Amino acid sequence: MLRFITSRFLQSLLALFLVISATFFMVRFVPGGPFTAEKAVTPEILRNLEAHYGLDKPLWRQYLDYLGSLARGDLGPSFKYPNRTVNEIIADKLPVSAELGALSLGVALILGIGLGTVAAIRRNTWVDYTASTFGMAGISIPTFVTGPLLVLGAAIHLGWFNASGWYTPMDRVLPAFVLGLAYAAPISRLTRGGMLEILSQDFIRTARAKGASEFRVVTRHALKGGLLPVVSYLGPAVAGILTGSFVIETIFQIPGIGREFVNSAFNRDYTLVLGTVILYAGLIMALNLVVDIVQAWMNPKVRLE
Amino acid sequence: MLRSLLLLPTLFVALSLVSGCGKKGEPVAGDNATAQGKKIFHVGNGTEPQDLDPQIVTGVPEHHVITSLFEGLVSEGPSGSDTVGGVAERWDISEDGLTYTFHLRANAKWSNGDPVTATDFVRSFQRILTPSLGAEYASKLHHMVGAEEFNKGELTDFSKVGAKALNDRTLELRLKSRTPFLLELLKHYSWFPVHLPTIEKHGGATRKGTAWTRPENLVGNGAFILRDWRPNQKIIVTRSPSYWDRETVKLDEIHFYAVESMDTEERMFRTGQLHKTNELPVAKVDAYKRDFPESYRQDPYYGIYFYRLNVTKPPLNDKRVRRALALAIDRESIVRNVTRGGQQPAYSFVPPAERYTSKTRLVGGIEEAKRLLAEAGFPEGRGFPKLEILYNTSENHRAIAESIQQMWRRNLGVDIGLLNQEWKVYLDSQDVLGYDICRAGWIADYTDPNTFIDLWVKDGGNNDTGWSSPAYERLLRESFAAPDEPTRMEIYHKMEAILMDEVPIIPIYFYTRPYAIHPKVRWVANVLDNRNWKFVDFLP
Repeated sequence: MLRFITSRFLQSLLALFLVISATFFMVRFVPGGPFTAEKAVTPEILRNLEAHYGLDKPLWRQYLDYLGSLARGDLGPSFKYPNRTVNEIIADKLPVSAELGALSLGVALILGIGLGTVAAIRRNTWVDYTASTFGMAGISIPTFVTGPLLVLGAAIHLGWFNASGWYTPMDRVLPAFVLGLAYAAPISRLTRGGMLEILSQDFIRTARAKGASEFRVVTRHALKGGLLPVVSYLGPAVAGILTGSFVIETIFQIPGIGREFVNSAFNRDYTLVLGTVILYAGLIMALNLVVDIVQAWMNPKVRLE
Repeated sequence: MLRSLLLLPTLFVALSLVSGCGKKGEPVAGDNATAQGKKIFHVGNGTEPQDLDPQIVTGVPEHHVITSLFEGLVSEGPSGSDTVGGVAERWDISEDGLTYTFHLRANAKWSNGDPVTATDFVRSFQRILTPSLGAEYASKLHHMVGAEEFNKGELTDFSKVGAKALNDRTLELRLKSRTPFLLELLKHYSWFPVHLPTIEKHGGATRKGTAWTRPENLVGNGAFILRDWRPNQKIIVTRSPSYWDRETVKLDEIHFYAVESMDTEERMFRTGQLHKTNELPVAKVDAYKRDFPESYRQDPYYGIYFYRLNVTKPPLNDKRVRRALALAIDRESIVRNVTRGGQQPAYSFVPPAERYTSKTRLVGGIEEAKRLLAEAGFPEGRGFPKLEILYNTSENHRAIAESIQQMWRRNLGVDIGLLNQEWKVYLDSQDVLGYDICRAGWIADYTDPNTFIDLWVKDGGNNDTGWSSPAYERLLRESFAAPDEPTRMEIYHKMEAILMDEVPIIPIYFYTRPYAIHPKVRWVANVLDNRNWKFVDFLP
C-alpha cells in the first residue's frame, strides 16, 4: 500500500513537471503577449514593460527562474492584475469555487444516485423512463441554457433570488442547483448501470433468499458495488467541479477560479495560466490517487499492487 | 421521496418556460438606493479593473472607478462635455500656447488630510515617466518638453522636463508644440496626481503592483474614498469627508460591479440589483425600446467602427479597388438591420461632435464602384483574387462581416472570405500586416479630432495599414502650428479629404452606447462615457 502510494506520488511529480514545462513553452509560442493591446504602446514603452517583468531575458533563463521561484512556492505576479500575485488570486478564488463545487456535488450526488438507484430497482417502468429522460436531458442541455432559464423564472419573474452575485446564502442556491444538475445526469446514468449489474449477481440473490428486506439489499449489499463506476467518474469530476466552472461563474457573477482558467489564457497572463494549470493538474492527480484507494476498499477484486 | 426528486427539476424548468413567455418583468431598481436613508448607486462596470493605480492601468472600467477616487487639474463639468476646474481653480495659457500655468486650490486635500500641492503633480509626472515603472500610458504625457526623452531614458534629469512647481500652489507645464486640446488630455487619468509618500511606503515609487491601491492603504484626492474591493465582485467607494467640493457631491456610496457578461448585467438590472448597466446586448435593444423606453438610453460615443485595408497587398494597393470596396457598402442597412443601437452610418472618419463635423463624405454609389473596379482590371469582379475579412471572434463582428461580404458579392461580383481569430492573435495579425481586410474600432482618448487624425501617420503604432502620405504628414505638422482653432479644424478637413480619397480604411458606422438606466437617476456623461461622479444624483 505504502509502496503503491509512493510510486504513484513520484509518477505524479514527474507528470506535473512535464505539464508545467509544456505549458510554459506553449503559452509563449501563442501569438500575442500580455501587453498586446488594441491601442499599441510605443516600442520603447514595451521594452520598459518587458524589462519590468523580466520578459526581456532569454526564454531558457525565464524558465529556470520560474522553476526556481516555483520551488519556493511563489507563482509570480499576475501580468493582467499587477497588484495581485498568482498565489493571492488562487487563495482568494479557489475557496469560492470549492464552496460552489461542494454544494453542487451534494446536489449531484443526492439527485444522481437517488434517481439512478430508483431507476435500476424499477427497471423498465415509467419511473425508469422518467429518470432516463432526465439523464439524457441533463447531459444534452448545457448549463448556459439551464442557468439563464432558471434565472428568468426564479429570479426575474418570481423574485425569489438575485439574478447573480455571491453575497448571501440565498445567492448560492441557483448556481449550485444548475451546476449540480449538470453532474447529476451522468451520475444517475452510471448509478443505474452499475446497480443493474450488481442486482443481477449471485450474492444479491443469496441475500434475498436469506430474507433480507429489499431496502436492506439495496443499501447494505448492492449500493457499495453498484457505485463503483460512479467513484471512478468522480475523481476527475470532483477536480473539475472544485476548480470552478467558467460558464456558471460568468452567468452568476461568482468570483471563482473557473473564470481565471479561461480569461488568463485570453489575457496571455503567463504566470496565471501556469498557476491555474498547476492547480488543476495537481488536483486531478491527487484525486485519481484517492479514487484508486477508495476503489480498492470498495471492490475486493481490486488490489493495490 | 422519488416523486419530489423528480418534481423539483421538472417544476423549475416548466416554471421558467411558462413565466418566460408570460408576463413581462418590470425593471425596478431603487429599493436599495435609499437604504438607511443613504444614496447608494449600483452600477455595472464591465470587466474587473486591473488595478486602481492611475499610472498603471489602461482600461475604461478602471477610468470609471479612478475618476471617483482621484481628481486631475481639470475635470468634466455638470453637463459632461464642459470643462471645470479640478485641483486647479484657474489657469493661464501663454500667448504662444506653449506654457500653461495652473493655480491650485488652497483647500484641495488628499484623503489623509495632506494638501494637494504642485510638487505632488511634478513628482507624479516623474513617476509615470520613469522608464523602469513601465507605464503603458506614459506616452500621453509626451506633449511636455523633455517628457518623451525622459521616458525613453535619454534624459535622466527630470528638472529638464517641462513640469515645474513654481510654488506649492502654482504648477507650470511647458509643451513641445501647441496642443490646443491639452485641457481635454488632462482629464485622462494618466495625468492625475498620486500620493507619493503612500506609494513609497508600500514598496517604492517605481515598483508596479504594490499594496498601495488596497482599500486599507489607498490615499486619493477625489470626491470618494475606496472602502472595499472584492475582486471580480464589486468595488465600493464612499463620499470623502476631506474633498474640497464635498457639498456638491450627491451620492453617499457607489458600488461598481465587475460584470463581464452583458446578459448577466441585463438580468441584474431587471431584478433591481443595478441602477445602470454598462452596456446592453444587441438582442435586447428592440425589446427595451418597445417595453421599457423610460429605462433605455443610447448615447453618442466618440468612436468609429471601420475596416482596415492592407495597402501593401495587391490589388488593395490600387486606390480604385479600395474606393470601389468602400462605395459598395450599404451602411444604412447595416445600422438598421445588424447593429440596431441607433448607430450613425459613417462616410468619413472623425465622428461628428461639437467642435468638428467632417465636411468630406465618401460619395459615389454602386455604379461608380463598378466602374472603378472595372478600370482597375476587374470588370464585374472577374479575376479578383480571393481576399479575406479578418475579425476577432464575436457574434456582432461576424454578422457585420457577413452582410458586407454579401454586399460586395451582389454589388461588385467579388468573392471575399471570412476569417476569425481570437482577440490577441487578431491584434498580432493586424500589427504585422498579416491580413487583407480587417475589422477595427477606435474610441477616442480625448474629445478632439486629433485623436482620430493622428492615427494615420507613417509608422504610427496604430496605423497598421501600410498606408502613408507625405501631404498628410505635412498637414499634421501644420495643424500643431495653427495659430487658432478654425485654422486647425480647416487643416483637419483637408486631411480627412486625403484620407477619404485614398481610403486605406473603410468607415462603417459611428458608435453609440446603448444601456439601461433607472428612470430616477440623474446621469451625466460625455461622449467618451466619462463622468464626474459628484454630479450624479437620484431625482426626487
